[in-house]
Amino acid sequence: MTITSPPGQEASPLATPKPAKQKGGGFLRYLITRFLLIIPTVFILITVVFFLMRVTGDPITAALGGRLTPDQLAQRIHEAGYDRPILIQYFEYLGQIVTGDLGRTMSDNRAVTEVLATYGAATLELAINAVIVALLVGIPLGLVAAKFRDRYPDAVLRILAILSYATPVFFAGLLLKLVFGVWLGWLPISGRADWQTELELTGLQSPSGIYWLDALRSGNMEAFANVTEHAILPALALGLLTGGVFLRLVRTNAIGTLGREYVEAGRSRGVSEYRLTTKHAYRPALIPIITVMGLQIAMLLGGAVLTETTFEWSGLGFKLAEYLTARDFVAVQGIVVLLAIIVAVTNFIVDVLAALIDPRVRY
Amino acid sequence: MSTATLPASNKSWLDRLPVISHLRMSSGLQRGMLIAGLTLSGLFIITALFAPLIAPFDFAQSSDASGDFPRQAAPDSKFIWGTTATGYDVFSRTLFGAQTAMWVILAAVVMSLFLGVLLGLVSGYLGGWFDRIAVVLSDAIYAFPSLLLAIVMSIVISQGQSSLFGGVMAAAISITVVFIPQYFRVVRAEVMRLKAEPFVESAQVIGASPWRVMFAHLLRNATRTLPLIFTLNATEALLTLAGLGFLGFGIEPTSASEWGYDLNRAMSDATSGIWWTGLFPGLAIVLTVMGLTLVGESMNDLNDPRLRRFSRKKAKRITQSGQVGASK
Repeated sequence: MTITSPPGQEASPLATPKPAKQKGGGFLRYLITRFLLIIPTVFILITVVFFLMRVTGDPITAALGGRLTPDQLAQRIHEAGYDRPILIQYFEYLGQIVTGDLGRTMSDNRAVTEVLATYGAATLELAINAVIVALLVGIPLGLVAAKFRDRYPDAVLRILAILSYATPVFFAGLLLKLVFGVWLGWLPISGRADWQTELELTGLQSPSGIYWLDALRSGNMEAFANVTEHAILPALALGLLTGGVFLRLVRTNAIGTLGREYVEAGRSRGVSEYRLTTKHAYRPALIPIITVMGLQIAMLLGGAVLTETTFEWSGLGFKLAEYLTARDFVAVQGIVVLLAIIVAVTNFIVDVLAALIDPRVRY
Repeated sequence: MSTATLPASNKSWLDRLPVISHLRMSSGLQRGMLIAGLTLSGLFIITALFAPLIAPFDFAQSSDASGDFPRQAAPDSKFIWGTTATGYDVFSRTLFGAQTAMWVILAAVVMSLFLGVLLGLVSGYLGGWFDRIAVVLSDAIYAFPSLLLAIVMSIVISQGQSSLFGGVMAAAISITVVFIPQYFRVVRAEVMRLKAEPFVESAQVIGASPWRVMFAHLLRNATRTLPLIFTLNATEALLTLAGLGFLGFGIEPTSASEWGYDLNRAMSDATSGIWWTGLFPGLAIVLTVMGLTLVGESMNDLNDPRLRRFSRKKAKRITQSGQVGASK
């Protein structure tokens, strides 16, 4: 499958000997080629989104049509330059993106880049929380399922994994809100913090926008507790659903590594079953998981849009839904472009990590 | 479900039908999963087909001869699953939701299957610049969050359209665009592999045209794995539809009933402790997706001999004969 791997070598990914002289140059070349591949991916997505959005008409008619007279509308369109040929507008937009300018939103007249910076942090916080929950749930349970393969713990866990795939994140959110927020009254059901806390945290000097980080930095434990309280339900909703995917991945890969000869060798030396599962089989099983994580990021972002809307978590997804309702397509386009860049860059990082771990990936 | 209970007569062709042959192969837990999946899927299809007969009210009906329906009424004898904030009957809406879901799934999967397979065949067999562009494009689309792409597509398509047909088609086309790359990749990879096989070369030597090679020789061979992708994509289509509906990009509530939209409306009900408006459409989504996933997963496992499980008796026989053979 690759040039650098010796023919006929089918050992575990870690055991592959790498030719010493190709080590440095091969990786650097791979790094650069892979980095350059980001550009066409992002470029294609920007192009597709731009033309799709313009097929429906110009942004001003979409956002303000019906509220202005046709004359006013035509004047606004002319001022903004939306009556010029679409190709000119397209190249102008590309030029703007390169200089880091994504235009101004139609509905609330803010710079799109400012919107992205403000709400991106909230989405990042949600994504981090969810991944933590997913890893805490997915990896141990996946190992348990692999260890007890085809017995009842495995059967129960497989059904749970399917259930977590089958449940839309907003339905999980609704149930969590209903049980823990309304009936038990333990946790708040929407927002990122109480408004007093929110004011305090945004008033900090150079806030990171990630509330628990800001609260910790300012040493405000009350605010930290409040932020954590708000973060639990959204993180659970998104994290449990992602955790199901991790569970299945860990299970499949750990089953593969548990059957390897070196595990059997460890067993014959008297290594405990617990240690065999959590050390010997688990580590090599992680490699394919890292590579699949790249695709999970795209899924996680899609899920974040729904989770944020469910919990009124004012991140990019929540704003995206708002701008969609307001038919503010400049803002929508900006958010979509940013997400495309995030996905492309994450895939790049994941591929590089995979290449670092497994030299056979480089080509 | 309906196919599972057919008598096993007429073995020759009946046994070769995908689901039935899988059912006969299976045993134990795997058989249980397959049967559970078939039952749930069958229930979904029956509900979708006979919704107008089963449902006591229409999906957008908020009054009858005895006056307006109560709003947000708890489940009772007349409205067995309660009513929504606009006075619709939750039971009827959930049943009709199955109908909408089935149409969207069918339309989306058929369209993406058709286009994806066609593109994959042409691209994989003919290669060249078309192949390169198609691969780059499909990779870019594949890496992108499918829900976002579906949102962009539905903005493009559903400008002001709110009829049942328009809404269903808008949702279906949005989902199709997301799925074409998946079929495309699978079929293209298979075609690339098969291209070097002797039977293709012999057809070329005889002088078969490229189209004949593609559609007579490659198509049947390259699409064997598709039933599995079909069931898995059906579930993704349903989840995408629900996601679109939840964000307000689905079908108008008066032209068809849609589970995702109903869940969106139910969100504010939940804060005041009203559980019935959200629970039932949500459960409907979960059960349908579970049913289809169980069928797909079991078929996948059964097609892979390494994952196939046998009944205890059969396994014992196999291991015994295996041990004799293995002890060399």
